[in-house]
Amino acid sequence: MEQLFFYIFALVAIVSAVLVVSVRNAVHSAFYLIICLLQVAAIFILLRSPFLAAVQVFIYVGAVMVLFLFAVMVLDIGREKTKDYIHSQWLPAVGVIIALLLVLGYLVKGGKLSAELGIYNEAVLAKNTEVIGKALFTQYIFPFEVVSLLLLVALVGAIVLVMKDKTRPRKNNGVGS
Amino acid sequence: MMIPDISTILEVVLIAVKVVVVTMILFGLPLPLTWLERKVAGHIQVRLGPWRVGPHGLLQPFADMIKLLMKEDIVPDRADKFLFTIAPLLAMVPAFAVFVAIPFGENIVIPVINKEVSLYISDMNVGILYILAISGLGVYGIILGGWASNSKYSLIGGLRSSAQMISYEISISFAVIGVVMLSNSLSLVDIVRSQGGSLLQWNFFYLPVGPVWCAIFIIGSLAEINRIPFDLPEDEGTLGAGFHTEYSGMKFALFMLAEYVAMVSVSVLTVILFFGGWNSPVPLPIPIPPIFWFVAKVAFFIYFFMWVRFTLPRYRYDQLMTIGWKILIPVSLVTILITGFMRI
Repeated sequence: MEQLFFYIFALVAIVSAVLVVSVRNAVHSAFYLIICLLQVAAIFILLRSPFLAAVQVFIYVGAVMVLFLFAVMVLDIGREKTKDYIHSQWLPAVGVIIALLLVLGYLVKGGKLSAELGIYNEAVLAKNTEVIGKALFTQYIFPFEVVSLLLLVALVGAIVLVMKDKTRPRKNNGVGS
Repeated sequence: MMIPDISTILEVVLIAVKVVVVTMILFGLPLPLTWLERKVAGHIQVRLGPWRVGPHGLLQPFADMIKLLMKEDIVPDRADKFLFTIAPLLAMVPAFAVFVAIPFGENIVIPVINKEVSLYISDMNVGILYILAISGLGVYGIILGGWASNSKYSLIGGLRSSAQMISYEISISFAVIGVVMLSNSLSLVDIVRSQGGSLLQWNFFYLPVGPVWCAIFIIGSLAEINRIPFDLPEDEGTLGAGFHTEYSGMKFALFMLAEYVAMVSVSVLTVILFFGGWNSPVPLPIPIPPIFWFVAKVAFFIYFFMWVRFTLPRYRYDQLMTIGWKILIPVSLVTILITGFMRI
């Protein structure tokens, strides 16, 4: 039963992922990417990680993709359909895909990418959030801090990039700005 | 294939029945709610509201329903047909899916067959995260619907909606984290249990941070479900009808259905997170069924949201952004620090 669901999710994820790069309209691409990310969330549930699944939907589907759509719509890429369907990058791209598949295939065949799934009951799942929280703040505290620092740098960088010259008069005469 | 035993089958049937019952209730709710909203609007503005169709205009929602069903379903000529058709569903499905994780009471025992039944479809241990995640998906209906209409008003409505959602979701999440810190659980059933006893145990009365979290949650939620004073995506003064300018008939009705169901879910969440869920406010000598308290509190908040809608004017777009980024988020950050110190 579980395997059946896995194959359904995996199939939809792959088909939508292919559609993301093959449709010509940027808004449609974003739509298929949403579907793809939702399937990944479903696979997280099959991997006994409801917390990661919820966070995946919350962050990626709920927030990141909204920003993607916002950017696509503001820049109006949606109307301007990509003309070159296959352009000069196709050769390196195919090479990289084949190399990736070879490496993945080797790892899967050697059993390096698999682990026991464990039991699927409420008592185990209930502790899921706690386990992740503890692991993040003890065992993985260093990577965790590095990532938060990186995000902070990105935030400050984004603000610096969009900061305008203070001397110019502002366009909006908004309250409290 | 293994043949499941009788109790498993019964369990599956029970879940299916619960899903159907909840869905039917949610489909039915907008009928009385539209009537109530117009009546509340009427009386706040010193007029009668619906009056002609049936006594006190009670049959008005049915008249509206017939009108919406009979209306021509227009798809604009240059619209993106696929996304235009699917957008109302994208708005509606998440609004309903939220109710999978919402509990309506403790377990009850059905008298005749003597079976214990839980008053929720699923008590997830990440329930509140699930609700935040799923309710955030409703915005895609608005964004994609606005884009697919191929109309500038719709497009701007969709854009506004996405920016507004991103801005206010942060402070809502902070408010929910605050509640999780007060109740020590992500499961909604446990959050309600932690508020048992009396009025003073409710998260709202956890002074001084409780009322602040509640205010942040309600303001943020008003913005998320696009109701006045934050209904910029459908600002009729400047945008025609906003994201649903091009929608008519049943597709328009689905958007409205989603909006009403979202309002109910926000009322339910406010009650569960801050006002003790189905717990009674004071210990009473006579047993009153918990579901009564739950429905009464939810009804009050539904009325409250209507009251707000017809009392406050709409904010300007820059005011909306100022409130979100420059007031709610700093206040949330400070409050989370205070809550943390209080919970040590």
